[in-house]
Formats: sequence, C-alpha cells, structure tokens
Amino acid sequence: MTPAGEAWRRFRKHKLAVGSAVVLGLMILAVLFGPLFWTVPIDEIDFTARLQGPSLAHPFGTDDLGQDLLARVLYGGRISLAVGFAAMGVAVTVGVLVGAIAGMSKGPVDVALMWVTDLFLSLPQLPLLLLIIYLFRDALADLVGQELGVFIMIVAVIGLFNWMQVARLVRAQFFSLREKEFVEAARALGASRVRIVVQHILPNALGPVIVAASIDVAGAILAESTLSFLGLGFPPDTPTWGRLLFDAKDNLDFAPHWAIFPGLAIFLTVLTINFVGDGLRDALDPRRVQ
Amino acid sequence: MAQYLLRRLLIAIPSLLGISVILFTVLALAPGDPFEELATNPAIPPEVRLALRASLGIDDPVHIRYFRWLTSMLQGEWGFSFVSRVDVDQLILQRLPVTLIVIGSSQILALAIALPVGIMAATRPYSIFDQVANTLAFVGFSLPTFFTGLLLIMLFSIHLDWLPFVYRAQIDATGWQWWWEHIKQSIMPITVLGLFQGAAWTRFVRSAVLDVVRLDYVTTARAKGIPERRVINRHVVRNALIPVVTLVALQMPAVFGGAIVTEQIFRVPGIGSLLISAVLANDTPVIMAVTFVFACLVIFFNLLADVIYGWLDPRISYS
Repeated sequence: MTPAGEAWRRFRKHKLAVGSAVVLGLMILAVLFGPLFWTVPIDEIDFTARLQGPSLAHPFGTDDLGQDLLARVLYGGRISLAVGFAAMGVAVTVGVLVGAIAGMSKGPVDVALMWVTDLFLSLPQLPLLLLIIYLFRDALADLVGQELGVFIMIVAVIGLFNWMQVARLVRAQFFSLREKEFVEAARALGASRVRIVVQHILPNALGPVIVAASIDVAGAILAESTLSFLGLGFPPDTPTWGRLLFDAKDNLDFAPHWAIFPGLAIFLTVLTINFVGDGLRDALDPRRVQ
Repeated sequence: MAQYLLRRLLIAIPSLLGISVILFTVLALAPGDPFEELATNPAIPPEVRLALRASLGIDDPVHIRYFRWLTSMLQGEWGFSFVSRVDVDQLILQRLPVTLIVIGSSQILALAIALPVGIMAATRPYSIFDQVANTLAFVGFSLPTFFTGLLLIMLFSIHLDWLPFVYRAQIDATGWQWWWEHIKQSIMPITVLGLFQGAAWTRFVRSAVLDVVRLDYVTTARAKGIPERRVINRHVVRNALIPVVTLVALQMPAVFGGAIVTEQIFRVPGIGSLLISAVLANDTPVIMAVTFVFACLVIFFNLLADVIYGWLDPRISYS
C-alpha cells in the first residue's frame, strides 16, 4: 500500500474527521460559488425590510439597513477563509525556514533561533496585533487601498505570530532525521546540503507540519474574527463574520438571527477544521499509534 | 528555593528585554511624525522646529532612543493619557485588579472542569464518557469567546432576564447585597473564559494522564494492592500534571487575548477594555503601557509555572 493510501485508510477510521471534511468542503463550495446563485447584492439597502427574521426572501434575515444577511455571510466567508489559508501559508513558510535552519545547524545559531521562538511564544499576541494594526493601518491603506491593505497586514501579522509551533516541530524532526542512515547515504554520495534538506529530510518531516498547518488555519480565522469583532479589522463596510457579530451585538434583543448566523458560520468552520486536523494527526503522525 | 527563584528571574530578564525591543521596533517603524503639524504651520520657523526636535531627542540614534525609552518605562514614567488626562500608571492600577480577578477566577473554573473530566476520560479511554467529553472539548475550544458571550447574553440576560449584561464598577449597596450584585455580574464573563480554557485543558490533561497510566510503576502500585483511587490521585495525576503545567503556561497569551474580548463584550472595566478604547481613541501612551503590562503578566505567569514545575517534579532541584 502506498503511504498516501495508508494515511487515507487511517483518516477514514476517524468518523468525525470524515464528516467534518465533508461539511467543511460544502461550506468552502458554498462560499466560493454561492454568490453565483444567490445574487442579492451585499449592500442593497431596503428600509422596508429592516431587522427581519429568516424568510424565503431573506433566508438568514436582514440587518438594521435591510441588507440581506445570507449574501453578507457568504461574502464574509470568502474573506475569513482567504485570511485563514493565507496566514497559514505565511506561518508555515516562516516556521519551516526557521525550524530547518535551526535543525541543520548546531550550536549558537540553533540556540539563538530557539530563543527567538520562545520569545515569540511568550508575546502577548492580541495586544500586539492591535498595536501594529493601529500604527500601520493608514500608511498601508494609502499604499495599496483600504481593503487590500488591511488584508495584507492582517495576513502578515497573524502569520508572523503563529509560526513558532511549526518551527519547533520541524526542528525536532530534523534533529532525528539528519542522523538517519538514508541521509548519511545521500551525504556519502555527495549530495549538497540544500539537496539533502529539500529532497531527503523535508518530505519526511511533513506529516506533523501538515497537522499543525490545519490547526493554524482555524487559529487564523479565529484571530481575524476577533479583530473584526473588536471593530479593528477590515473597514466597516466589509462584512466579515466578526464584523457582522460586532454590528449585531447591540441588537441582540430584537434581532438575534443577525448574530446567530455569522457566529454559527465561524463556529462550524473552526470546529470542522479542528476535527479534520485531528483526523490528519491520526493519519500522518506516526508517533501517535493507537 | 530562593536561589532557584532568583535564577528563574534572571532567565526571565532577557525575554522581557526581547519583548521591549520588539515593542520599540514596532513603535520606531510606525509612520507618522509628532511634528507634522508644526512642519506645515507657516507661523513656526524651521529653526524653532529643529531646536524642539533636538531638545526632545527625536533625531538621536536609534539605540540611544531605545535606552532612554526603556529606562523611563522601567521607572514607571508612562506618560499621560491623551484622552482622560490622567497618569497612565494611575489608570492601569485602577483597572488591573478587575482584570486579575476575572482571569484568576476563570482559570480556577477551567481547572475545576479540566482536571476531573480529563482524568475520568483518560482512566476510561474510548468509553462513551471519553468520547462525549472529547467531542464537547472540541466544541468548547472551537466556540470563539465573543460568540459564547453573545449567546449567554441572549439566553440569561434577554430571554430569562436573570443576569445583568453590563458590568458596573460602582454598586450602590452594602454588605451581602453588594457581594451578590458583584457575583451576579461576574458569572457570565468568568464562565465564557473558563469554559473556553477548560475545554482546551481537558484535552491536555487527558493525553498527559493517558501517557502516564500505561507506565510500569503504575502497574506496580496496583499490584501492591493500593486502592485504584489512591493510585490515580497520588501516583498518576502528580506526574501527569508536569507537562500540563508547561502547556498551560504556553496558553497564557491566548488567555489574555480571551480576557480582552470578554471584557469588551460585558464592558468589564479592566485593562483589556481600556486597551480597546485607547486604540479606538488613538491614545498612544495607554496602548503602549497596556501592551507592556500584558507582556509583563505573561512573563510573570511563565515564572509561576516554573515554580509549580519545580514543586511537582522533585527531579528539578531548587538549588
């Protein structure tokens, strides 16, 4: 059996993970292609339909300006998922780089890099995120435009605060792999250092990294929603999930649906990603044999 | 013991310095010039502006500015709040106790959930109880604190009308009434934070206990006829807690993040809500100082974890 087939066999055993993968897949499809079928604009103001509960015309109800919440939730999902995956990409890239350098070098470089990693682990992330966004938001918005500027900044900052776990995992993997016979054989055949890392060590270290990466997506989505919920993420007219909750929180008594649908969307996304990550751990992490 | 503490303190100093360098770098890289207004004002000659800059040391080299900034931070000279015209350290001292009480009680609640549930689940692995607890734990830490907070407000404040959803610092009551009002308004913020952390920790406790329960010395203890309850409490849990303490210390930044959100939802007058209102009002000295205080708190809790670690694990000698 191929390694991928073996992993798939183990992943399938985790029923909740398989179910979650299906639900997550459906949600990604809905967010990507939903706006093609549900063509109500996200910013169509209709004062005759303010704060309405779910109905056929508006399945998720409307907000205080009569804007359709289903359209807004679908649009917000695109942003949340894009931020989640992009920030994960940043985190994994930085983490693999730092971990690989630390894992291949002995002595002072390794010590220094691990000190920086531990330092980042003890940074108060949310206050720093708020500080950085507060200081740099306007400058970046002038440079590349409001929405794109905030997107780049949020992705970069969330990514730069989440690479530490990956770096530690990669370093630990490198430490054990670089002493293995097949690496020694490659070295004896005259393979360069870069070739040894890229061709021989890295592919074998990927399992735990994929697991950590899936959890990072959930963490990044949560972080972005938290920022938006505090009113400090994307500009107010961009309906991200967190922003919808921020707007809804003063109308809880007469429009609970306004908060419930975006909140459920965040919850379901994060929950399914976490379950898929758990399933991937069963499938890919050989240390956890059950 | 004192020596061990001192050594740990000395190890904490580089991290604190590292954090201060990061904070200062962020500030120094930030765009914007405090003299922008003066520069565009034609009534002020450029020589005066340059003299002012020189007197405040803005044009000095970066490392000199950093040391000047660090010494004033360490001496507690945190400046004035632009908005409320109060010394920043006064403002923070007023707000800090509320934050510490909310965070502390929620951590106790989290432990009160995580320890028994995690141990029960690990001693009956793959039973119905274990599976239910595991699923609930996943649900628990996938529910963002801001959504749980809103759900609790909907249920207990709006639907049932049992609990107030705005935290009031001043309560016009005395004696038992005063205590009761305070407890009532603290229930929801503490529950929101405690459940979130408790869910994450349940999984830590479960996997740590599961690792220890399989070891030979546990089998030996059982073989000697020690009652199961005593084996678990005395022999298993103590050793299992060692990795848990490390993980809990690693979670502290996330705990403070959750506290900021919770304070904002329930309008708890702590330093988290102070930070948010300062960001919204462009009150730079307050933002700086609160971020610095959060950094110190994280370091302090890491230190505390080290002490507990030493107490749990006799192999780590204090001397």
